[in-house]
Amino acid sequence: MNKSREPLFHITKRGALPWYAAWGIRGGAVLLALLACALVTVLVTGENPLQVFATVFNGSFGSPRRVWMLFQNLAMLLSVSLAVTPAFRMRFWNVGGEGQMLAGGLATAACMICLRNTLPNWAVILCMVLSSILAGAIWGGIPAFFKAKWNTNETLFTLMMNYIATQLVAFFIVVWEVPKGAGQIGIINQSSEIGWLPVIGSYKYLLNILIVAVLCGVMYVYLNYSKHGYEIAVVGESERTARYVGIKVDRVIIRTMLLSGGLCGLTGMLLVGGTDHTLTTTITGGRGFTAVMVSWLAKFNPIWMILTSFLLVFLQRGAGEISTSFGLNQSFSDILTGVILFFIIGSEFFINYQIHFRHAKEG
Amino acid sequence: MQNKAPAVELRNITKRFGSVLANEGVSMEIRRGEILALLGENGSGKTTLMNMLSGIYFPDEGEIFIDGKPVVIRAPKDAYALGIGMIHQHFKLVDVLTAAENIVLGLKGRLDMKKAVRKIDEICKAYGFEVDPKQKIYDMSVSQKQTVEIVKVLYRGADILILDEPTAVLTPQETDKLFKVLRTMRDDGKAIVIITHKMHEVESLSDRVAVLRDGRYIGEMRTADSNAQEMTNMMVGHPVVLNIDRPEPVNPRLRLEVRDLTVRSEEGILKLDGVTFSAYSGEILGIAGISGSGQKELLEAIAGLQPTERGSVTYYEDSGAREQLLGKDPLKIQEMGVVLSFVPEDRLGMGLVGNMDLTDNMMLRSFRRGRTVFTDRSTPHHVAEDVVRDLSVVTPSLSTPVRRLSGGNVQKVLVGREITQAPSVLLTAYAVRGLDINSSYTIYDLINRQKAAGVAVIYVGEDLDVLVELADRILVLCGGKVSGIVDGRRTDKRQIGLMMTRIGGGAHE
Repeated sequence: MNKSREPLFHITKRGALPWYAAWGIRGGAVLLALLACALVTVLVTGENPLQVFATVFNGSFGSPRRVWMLFQNLAMLLSVSLAVTPAFRMRFWNVGGEGQMLAGGLATAACMICLRNTLPNWAVILCMVLSSILAGAIWGGIPAFFKAKWNTNETLFTLMMNYIATQLVAFFIVVWEVPKGAGQIGIINQSSEIGWLPVIGSYKYLLNILIVAVLCGVMYVYLNYSKHGYEIAVVGESERTARYVGIKVDRVIIRTMLLSGGLCGLTGMLLVGGTDHTLTTTITGGRGFTAVMVSWLAKFNPIWMILTSFLLVFLQRGAGEISTSFGLNQSFSDILTGVILFFIIGSEFFINYQIHFRHAKEG
Repeated sequence: MQNKAPAVELRNITKRFGSVLANEGVSMEIRRGEILALLGENGSGKTTLMNMLSGIYFPDEGEIFIDGKPVVIRAPKDAYALGIGMIHQHFKLVDVLTAAENIVLGLKGRLDMKKAVRKIDEICKAYGFEVDPKQKIYDMSVSQKQTVEIVKVLYRGADILILDEPTAVLTPQETDKLFKVLRTMRDDGKAIVIITHKMHEVESLSDRVAVLRDGRYIGEMRTADSNAQEMTNMMVGHPVVLNIDRPEPVNPRLRLEVRDLTVRSEEGILKLDGVTFSAYSGEILGIAGISGSGQKELLEAIAGLQPTERGSVTYYEDSGAREQLLGKDPLKIQEMGVVLSFVPEDRLGMGLVGNMDLTDNMMLRSFRRGRTVFTDRSTPHHVAEDVVRDLSVVTPSLSTPVRRLSGGNVQKVLVGREITQAPSVLLTAYAVRGLDINSSYTIYDLINRQKAAGVAVIYVGEDLDVLVELADRILVLCGGKVSGIVDGRRTDKRQIGLMMTRIGGGAHE
């Protein structure tokens, strides 16, 4: 009989994959990403590919200062990621981390500038902490309120709030600019160091890193073992089930977004008061968006997020290092980052789906 | 008669989902001029097998022959080209289009509506369908929509028809009409496969019966040579008793009084109109009606989930004290000390959380307990253990997400949790929908035990054969109004069927 033609391949959804297999696939994707980056770099620069990998590694671990920078970047990215995660668990797609961070940063800068001559240093810092959390919470709470009351689309709403925050910061930079007409604030309180977060020993970034480490543990417990965390999970999975068991869905949405926004605001404070001591419209470095990916790749698990944020920061710094040490401009680093993200996000497809190729026919 | 030409032959079909074997080495025939009933419990692989014929799944192993020729069905359009049409449980129609527009939707070639309407009329005349090609889908009853689905499949030239539980949503009268049409099509030489759980339908309609169990083909027989008991035993794999108990209510007392309950949907459509009735302890009050007659709104209004326009729902305690339930949310009702258990229609959409495991689903009712900010997982864990043991829930472990369980086991988890609360009122909506015989009887038994324990049970059902066997009284809803309340021991499904379509049952017929 004539052989019937079977399709070349077909795709089926996988059942649950054990965690080590999933991470095996992700690890493979990282390796492929690095290979692709090396290939692109070799083609463009003609360098030895091993040299390229060494450069990637160098970008993060080349010197003690770079290691500190790695951990500082890791901590800041992790902090925002932790902040948006409760909202994500509730299926509330908060892509407004940028705006909420900027709101927090703006509140911090306002405290440092307006209160420096009236309050002692500890009181200024206390005001910074409280006002940044409050500002972030307001920025996150507004979309939540509209979502809870009128079921508006939170993705669009939080995204638009980002632009408002950026413009507000741009406005206040002009108000506070030093010197007049410079278009930037410069280092705030450079001589008095009022409102600068204390430095532990001589390690500039250590305090931030410790704060985020504690936050990570607390968030893990909050989401997995507290009644609030359980309510968030139920609301995220099914609002109807939540109502069925008497959970007040609007209250949970607003409460969770106040928390999420507040923590984003706090991250803004850590950036402005802890390390940068200035305020710019780009101080967040796009972390509010990268956080979406960190949180998503870790399946909204705070502990795994340490790993995913490390991965992203490590690769980004490596890509940056390649472009500087081979004399290429910033766009090249963007290309490499794009290649890396393509592979990492693409690997999720292979974790969720399986491809079956045509069976070899036996006689 | 003996050897009708096989239209479809399946040989050694195997399909796996991950590690789960849905079909294993199934070989069977579907013949022209014959109605084949495909029987099997939930998870026995009936729907999977038929989905492979209609191009939704692709078999891992095995071959399919149509009229003796090997074929490959990669996609639904391949199935159509081979003359295979499947009518799914959930209709796939576009609401804002007319019947004719839905029928030609997606077909290639120039669109000639006049010609299409003429062809539809011809099909309807040939088989006795009643379809108005110009009527919009949203104006149609469930049974009319189903007719459109069948005509759609015939229009595309299907002569092998597969119907997945077609009667689940029909009244007895509509079912009779459907069966008549199916018989006409059979006599016209079409091959028909029907998947159903209702044994009396199998007996009255089919010519041949094929049985699947655990994904394997068990055997076939001529319907005329068999009976419901034998088929059921074959499906389950051991003898089962097919009787539903109905003990007399013991010491019934007024528990729930619903007066003039009126509900309007968000779009302003009247869903319940002046519904008045009482429910007693130790009694099962059955609720019958065409789907969408207000059953869902009625139960949700009592449970505090549905805003109402007017009316009252009064709860009577044993001491005679009264509580007004209307206008209170589930949490408040619970805080008042009224234990109201509710098994909703949409199990994974409302009663349970599909992605959570058994323990976390048990916790839905109890997570607020305790003074700390942390949840207590050990009590729900024990509850889950008890439910799994007492109701013989089949699950790999307590930490399996409930969406991975089969329909019957999901329902057992839900009913088990609701009963563990020791309720005084138990509301159930379509408690056995989609369940196989074994699980259904387990659920009937559980409900009867609640009745014996003095619970006021309100049981919304769709299988009238079961309602007239199980319920003490039956309230019939028709378009949101109470069409009548009848004694379950002195009624039959004809009478209820008539009351479902006409208030009071249409005395002037």
